[in-house]
Amino acid sequence: MIKAENIVKTFEENEVLKGITCEFHAGKTNLIIGRSGAGKTVLLKILVGLFPPTSGKIWYDDVDYFSLDKKQLRAIRAQVGMLFQGSALFDSLTVEQNIRFPLDMFSKMTAKEKLSRVNECLERVGLTGKNKSFPSEVSGGQQKRVGIARAIVLKPKYLFCDEPNSGLDPKTAILIDELIHDITVENNITTVINTHDMNSVMEIGDNIVLLHEGEVVWRGNKDSVLRSENETMENFVFASPFLQKIRESALAK
Amino acid sequence: MMLGSALGRPENWRMYYKETTRQMTDIGIGSLVIVILISVFIGAVTAIQFAYQLNGTLVPRYYIGYIVRDSTIIELAPTIICLVLAGKVGSNMASEIGGMRQKEHIDAMEIMGVNTAAYLIRPKIVAALVVIPMLVAIGAFLSIMGGYLSTVPTNIMSDAEYVQGVRSFFLSKNVVMMFVKAFTFSFLLTSISCYQGYYVKGGSVELGQASTNAVVFSDILILLADYLIAIVLT
Repeated sequence: MIKAENIVKTFEENEVLKGITCEFHAGKTNLIIGRSGAGKTVLLKILVGLFPPTSGKIWYDDVDYFSLDKKQLRAIRAQVGMLFQGSALFDSLTVEQNIRFPLDMFSKMTAKEKLSRVNECLERVGLTGKNKSFPSEVSGGQQKRVGIARAIVLKPKYLFCDEPNSGLDPKTAILIDELIHDITVENNITTVINTHDMNSVMEIGDNIVLLHEGEVVWRGNKDSVLRSENETMENFVFASPFLQKIRESALAK
Repeated sequence: MMLGSALGRPENWRMYYKETTRQMTDIGIGSLVIVILISVFIGAVTAIQFAYQLNGTLVPRYYIGYIVRDSTIIELAPTIICLVLAGKVGSNMASEIGGMRQKEHIDAMEIMGVNTAAYLIRPKIVAALVVIPMLVAIGAFLSIMGGYLSTVPTNIMSDAEYVQGVRSFFLSKNVVMMFVKAFTFSFLLTSISCYQGYYVKGGSVELGQASTNAVVFSDILILLADYLIAIVLT
């Protein structure tokens, strides 16, 4: 479990997060949603430790993340995987080398064991045989899968995904969502996803936090979205007439 | 602060070693052609210029060899080669690291627990400290050869005169000075370039500026360091 406790983040005069408190549970896909500029990415970067908060605490289970020394921090980070919006794959390395990078850096496995683990991850994300391709030689959806494979290669306890569906067609986006959800459940990972994709909200939103202007304005899950009477939530999720119709027909049933 | 982090304990010595050897190849082999060209021409031009200056004076001709040797070893080889490498290697380092920052590669490594300052910067500095002095030594030798090629086959002076000049008044202290300069300039150009790339913010315009700043600041500090070393060691 990861817990954010009264997180405030200020950039110069601009207060981006205004006392965020929320919990993200193990074995569930936890979604941070909100409009552009709501503070989702800043919150995710604080959760993952890339930014320190101006005030407040982040708990990884019982550990206060920002009070750790370098050695303890390294130990925690070995349990963290992250999928970036742009995948952040190393261009000059092959798919196999990208996935193997964390193993090369941190594990004491033999070359054979590493290859076996890489192939296991590639198989899990449906990219068997793509070992020798370079990131530029695979599609955007496949790059995301490679990113997922790299994020899970060290068997993380915590997985963070920043807009995993951005730039993908709806079908591929659903496949990526399902993949992340399945991996989360199979391995009891605490997964935190930053998204504004409505399919993700309705498909894999086990625990949803809605941010608006740096504050949490709604909490729930995919089942409670349809019945939410929160105005900000309604304006965000059912912004288009098409989605409003879907909501009305779903409620009518 | 960046250099402090860059000296942190490596997560995996083998990975650092591999990266250092890769950088040595990039800097060394990648810069060899330009170093050869520059060095030969520096020596050739220096010899011809001094032959012209000394023409009609009472200074013996063989002094041309001596002047080419010492000016090359003391000043031209380390300074000009490092100024050129600041442009070639320094801008490349700033762009490479800056590009990694912008594409979130550095963030990805940080999250994995990699000390990015150490992994990305230390191998470059170590590689430069090993390889650039070698390039400077090769450059000094080729420069002296360039002086020979521009004066002996063109009958400006004889083979014996040039060799006599090159062998006259030799002070090993000058070679030490060449290496002191080469080490200092290597450290300056890599650390400044890595700093510019590592802390780049914004987009492609800022990356271009970082790359330019890497070259400009490296050049200025190399020239300043050159002056200070000259004062201290002469």
